[in-house]
Amino acid sequence: MEGDAGSGDARRALGHLVEAVLGSRGEANAVFDILAFLQSEDQEEIQEAVHACSRLFGALLARGELFVGQLPSEEMVLTGSRGANRKYKMWMRHRYHSCCNRLGELLAHSSFQVKELALSTLMKFVQLEGEHPLEKPKWEGNYLFPHQLFMLVVGGLLSPEEDRSLLLSQFREYLEHDDIRYHTMQAASDTVARAVGMQHPGVPLTFWNNAFMLLSSVSLPHQEGTLSSFYVKHTGECWGTWGTSTPAAPLQEHRKAFQQMWLRFLKHQLPLRVCKKVLVIMHDSILPHLAQPSLMIDFLTRAYDIGGAISLLALNGLFILIHKHNLEYPDFYRKLYGLLDPSVFHVKYRARFFHLADLFLSSSHLPAYLVAAFAKRLARLALTAPPEALLMVLPFICNLLRRHPACRVLMHRPRGPELDADPYDPAEEDPAQSRALESSLWELQALQQHYYPEVSKAASAINQALSVPEVSIAPLLEVTAFEIFERDLKKKGPGSVPLEFIPARGLLGRREDLCAQHFTLS
Amino acid sequence: MGKARSAARGKASAAPAGAWGGRARPNPNPFEVKVNRQKFQVLGRKTRHDVGLPGVSRARALQKRTQTLLKEYKERDKSSVFRDKRFGEYNSSITPEEKMMKRFALEQQRQHEKKSIYNLNEDEELTHYGQSLADIEKHNDIVDSDSDAEDRGTLSAELTATHFGGGGGPLPGKAAQQPGGGEEPPKSRRELIEELIARSKQEKRERQAQREDALELTEKLDQDWKEIQALLARKTPKSESGGGKEKPKPDAYDMMVRELGFEMKAQPSSRMRTEEELAREEQERLRHLEAERLRRMLGREEDAHSKRPKHLSADDLNDGFVLDTDDRRLLSYKDGKMNVEEEPSEDTSGGESGEDEEEEGEGWSKGGPEDSDSPDGHSDLESDAESEDACRPEGAAGLESDADSTNTHERPQGGRRPSPGERLPTDDWAAARAQLPYTFTVPESCEELKSLLSGKSTEDQLLVVERIQKCNHPSLAVGNKAKLEKLFGFLLEYIGDLAASDPPDLGVIDRLVMPLYNLCQMFPESASDAVKFVLRDAMHEMEGTIETTGRAAFPGLDVLIYLKIAGMLFPTSDFWHPVVTPALLCLSQLLTKCPVQSLQDAVKGLFVCCVFLDYVALSQRVIPELINFLAGILHMATPNKQSQGYTLVHPFRALGKNSELLLVSDEEDMATWQRRSLPLQWAGGLEAQTETEANHARLSCLAVCLALVRRCVLAYGPLPSFHDITRPLRALLMATRCCPPALQELSRSILTEMENQPRHYRPLVCEKSKPVPLKLFTPRLVKVLEFGRKQGSTKEEQERRRLIHKHKREFKGAVREIRKDSQFLARTRLSEIRERDAERKRKVKQLFNSLATQEGEWKALKRRKFKK
Repeated sequence: MEGDAGSGDARRALGHLVEAVLGSRGEANAVFDILAFLQSEDQEEIQEAVHACSRLFGALLARGELFVGQLPSEEMVLTGSRGANRKYKMWMRHRYHSCCNRLGELLAHSSFQVKELALSTLMKFVQLEGEHPLEKPKWEGNYLFPHQLFMLVVGGLLSPEEDRSLLLSQFREYLEHDDIRYHTMQAASDTVARAVGMQHPGVPLTFWNNAFMLLSSVSLPHQEGTLSSFYVKHTGECWGTWGTSTPAAPLQEHRKAFQQMWLRFLKHQLPLRVCKKVLVIMHDSILPHLAQPSLMIDFLTRAYDIGGAISLLALNGLFILIHKHNLEYPDFYRKLYGLLDPSVFHVKYRARFFHLADLFLSSSHLPAYLVAAFAKRLARLALTAPPEALLMVLPFICNLLRRHPACRVLMHRPRGPELDADPYDPAEEDPAQSRALESSLWELQALQQHYYPEVSKAASAINQALSVPEVSIAPLLEVTAFEIFERDLKKKGPGSVPLEFIPARGLLGRREDLCAQHFTLS
Repeated sequence: MGKARSAARGKASAAPAGAWGGRARPNPNPFEVKVNRQKFQVLGRKTRHDVGLPGVSRARALQKRTQTLLKEYKERDKSSVFRDKRFGEYNSSITPEEKMMKRFALEQQRQHEKKSIYNLNEDEELTHYGQSLADIEKHNDIVDSDSDAEDRGTLSAELTATHFGGGGGPLPGKAAQQPGGGEEPPKSRRELIEELIARSKQEKRERQAQREDALELTEKLDQDWKEIQALLARKTPKSESGGGKEKPKPDAYDMMVRELGFEMKAQPSSRMRTEEELAREEQERLRHLEAERLRRMLGREEDAHSKRPKHLSADDLNDGFVLDTDDRRLLSYKDGKMNVEEEPSEDTSGGESGEDEEEEGEGWSKGGPEDSDSPDGHSDLESDAESEDACRPEGAAGLESDADSTNTHERPQGGRRPSPGERLPTDDWAAARAQLPYTFTVPESCEELKSLLSGKSTEDQLLVVERIQKCNHPSLAVGNKAKLEKLFGFLLEYIGDLAASDPPDLGVIDRLVMPLYNLCQMFPESASDAVKFVLRDAMHEMEGTIETTGRAAFPGLDVLIYLKIAGMLFPTSDFWHPVVTPALLCLSQLLTKCPVQSLQDAVKGLFVCCVFLDYVALSQRVIPELINFLAGILHMATPNKQSQGYTLVHPFRALGKNSELLLVSDEEDMATWQRRSLPLQWAGGLEAQTETEANHARLSCLAVCLALVRRCVLAYGPLPSFHDITRPLRALLMATRCCPPALQELSRSILTEMENQPRHYRPLVCEKSKPVPLKLFTPRLVKVLEFGRKQGSTKEEQERRRLIHKHKREFKGAVREIRKDSQFLARTRLSEIRERDAERKRKVKQLFNSLATQEGEWKALKRRKFKK
């Protein structure tokens, strides 16, 4: 209640002050009072002060009462012998600067409302400054974007201390505008470069997260000719000269800036988590917008060599480069083969990986030894897989054998000699040396004894000659254990439920049961 | 247009009756008949157009055209049309009746306006069916033709006289001559008529009165009859109701006779079976059940199993002659030895059959079959009470075998009724039990059950459950079945609560399993639903945590116990089972999604492994997750972490916080450790122990793990890729060095077991499939079933074809008609032109003629003048 009253008082006082400053130049010193409110501890007062500043400087900018041109320092202003009007304007411009700086600091305020307000006020100033530039244009109708102010905003957004994801999602609204987006891309890459340069011991994770958040929210339009929404309303009619000083460059320029931004971001040593995030959106929202997608090759190969989940994710980007941009990647299949280890069935990106693997192995021009090595490797891994993965990987293997009839020896080798060891060498990294073609899929034969009936059925497919049409694995990719559990619960068996006929004796079962052997009740 | 006309023609042709088709006509003009002569007589062919009358039909067509087409043609330039200007003729919104009313009103108005301005008297004349109402009113007393049916046709003389006699009626002058009016003064015509009317009215009244009388009489008669009828029909009951009070009591003898008649005949009871026979029977039953189980385990259909190849002798004539039932086995070889089928369940059921034998012996000798057909609750209780006195030997074993015997009795497959001869344990329990009431209603909710059971000793709880079950046996009342079905769910929930409590009350659960089993045997469907429900609950919870955090913790002891119980209630070896298969998935999830973070988790995990292996104990199925888990546990107990030859999968990490959870480095603890079973309570909550105890627990876990590994090795030995499956285990066992000698011994034996497994890799060969038959070039023969009809198509196709054909024919006909129309029109036009030309010629000729005459005359005149 008291706070309300206090904020009401503050609002009234601030309103009077703003009126006074705007009313006559004689009252100009009241600006200091307003700025003092900005330094306040009370959240409400700060909000009121921000509102007041926004109104005051907005009006001043619109009226053109701020000094335009290279600003001399404050002492010089005071000492210099200039006209009173000019002096006033310069002085006011200094106040404006201090206000902006304070607002930039407020972006790190603890309260989200203050942050949000500061952001929107700063963006309003950006807009007004763009309309009424504070620098002298070099020629008539030249377009000037308030770079410094905007750098302040972006710098505030990319804080190394705390997670700014909420504020960034607010900022995303402004990114709808083409000019803001363009300048954000430039400012962001500058800020990242500066931040990395300054902090030698290591950039904190939050900074990278914030930066990634900002970068990933930049999304370019897909087709040319849609660059029409501008945040800063420009009055000049000079459209002919494209350059950094024009409102916004054509899409080509945007793409260049976009590419520049990402390349400068990715050349740093990113934390693995950020790296993962980048790779997740790589194929969808980064690669299509780059002017020269092949420049991503460095990053992708680096990621591909890291191993584990990162490699799996890098696969997608690499695939696009190979597929659409004619990239020649030596030993691609060998590396893919190397990626197959027991963890592929347990990682989060299993569906994506197997989707891509299916794509890579769909070519009928692959050598038989390679396909056989993949099939054998997958079968070997299937010995450690959970049932939901098995439901997917067994049809996958069968599809491989269907596509490559030369590999059918893996499941059908009449008159072959009985061996005393599996010729396949699981430790061999080169699929060509793995001797998979001399082996058979005994693993699948073992899995025919799997406890889950559907897995057992799927594994039994190799008992007969395979049917010609391939089984689509797309619906099987995303299957989770929970889904198959639910499916089994819903399934109705024929007739009544069979019952155990040996009567129960107790919780741990009969004497020969393992539970009874190894556990006691007390 | 042509079509419409042809249709119209068809209708018109029907008008000159029989003109169509020469045969219908009595004697057609022989010159008009055209006969389509057949060249060959074809048997069975129906000819339709053998005789025709082209001339007649052409004339008719022509006539029709002159009536329709010619009219149109002649009126082609006329624009005037006939319009019906009657009121509302083209207005469809008015109903015909209204229309008529309006028209009538209009007409009246017109009439009124026109002539009757000065005619005040003349009303409009009302009519009914065209007759003036005034006329009808005049002779208002028309004889009611209905009322006098008797003198229909014979009109009374007066009437005849007045109506017909003499046309104009008796003239005043003639009245004197009338026969009836001798003395009386001659009446006027008016009087006469009035008299006549009066008389006829009187007659009518009389007739009416008569009819009413008759009706009354009939009714009376009816009533009388009814009374009599009642007398007739209910003769006997009346007589009984009269003296029915002293009904002769059925005398005792009759009753006896009746009762004896209805009484069940004493059935020849089967001989008391000896113990061996009973045992054999039980064994037979078990064997049958075991065979069923095997069939389900292999996932085969019923008939697939029964169709085993029959023994065929080389001398078999294949004539279906069977000398005797064939009990020989099919001669087959396996591994070079003759395959002699053994009794499949001899060894499996051997152990139990012995026990059963004892129990059966006791049960039957005491409970006795003679009690077994009195299934009502009271006798149960009575016998309960009686049997309380019966002295029993020692306590616990007695109760157990007692419970067992009830199990065997109540089992539905056994086909036996629940035995009421329930022997309750010894006297010293009687005091405690005396507090318990004998009857219980089935609790309606789990809370009710809890309140019923809480605070009682284990035995009492068991007894309460048992009594609930007994008092509400489904055969006693209709609703009992549903109640008991619910009881299963409540019991399950109660068990879950017990397991979740701290410390878990495992003793009670252990005992409650038996009533659960019995209930499950009684109501398999609802029991399976209840178990599914708790499993789904557990999985939902796990799924939720996995969704949010990416992994889950091991669930509480209750879920583990549910899983264990599910395995005891349902056959775990089935290929697919509605409860067991989801339970297996649940177990698999526990092993793959829950990381082992503490010693307690390890105990839980090992218990899950045990349950899992018990599930597949009979079917010997592969569980990849289990191997992974055991490898992970072994990894935790391995000191030096160079992971050679194995990779760990998901819930386990090669390096990390928990990667040395089970490692024991203290030599002393190792020396003092003694092998013993793990208490299940540890899974519920492992209280803080001393370091030594913890180390001992670790070693116990390791021991269990090794035992399980050994079990797996034994079970999976015959699998073709056994060595690939167990490769990580072997690598880990090789690495395990520092542990108590007992464990080292164990791991060494496992390794030798592994080595001893045969390594035979026989290349895979597909089963031979039937060769696809080659394509043949024999023509396809189709039997012609009916001549003259298109063969080999479906009904729809035939219908379609018929329609197409019809359309074609109609189209042709229409074209022909149109052509004929235009010919007709052209002809008409030509004749018109000709007519016109002829007229013109005639006129021209006439003109010339007159001109020539004129000229002649003029010339003649001129000549005459000239002559003159």
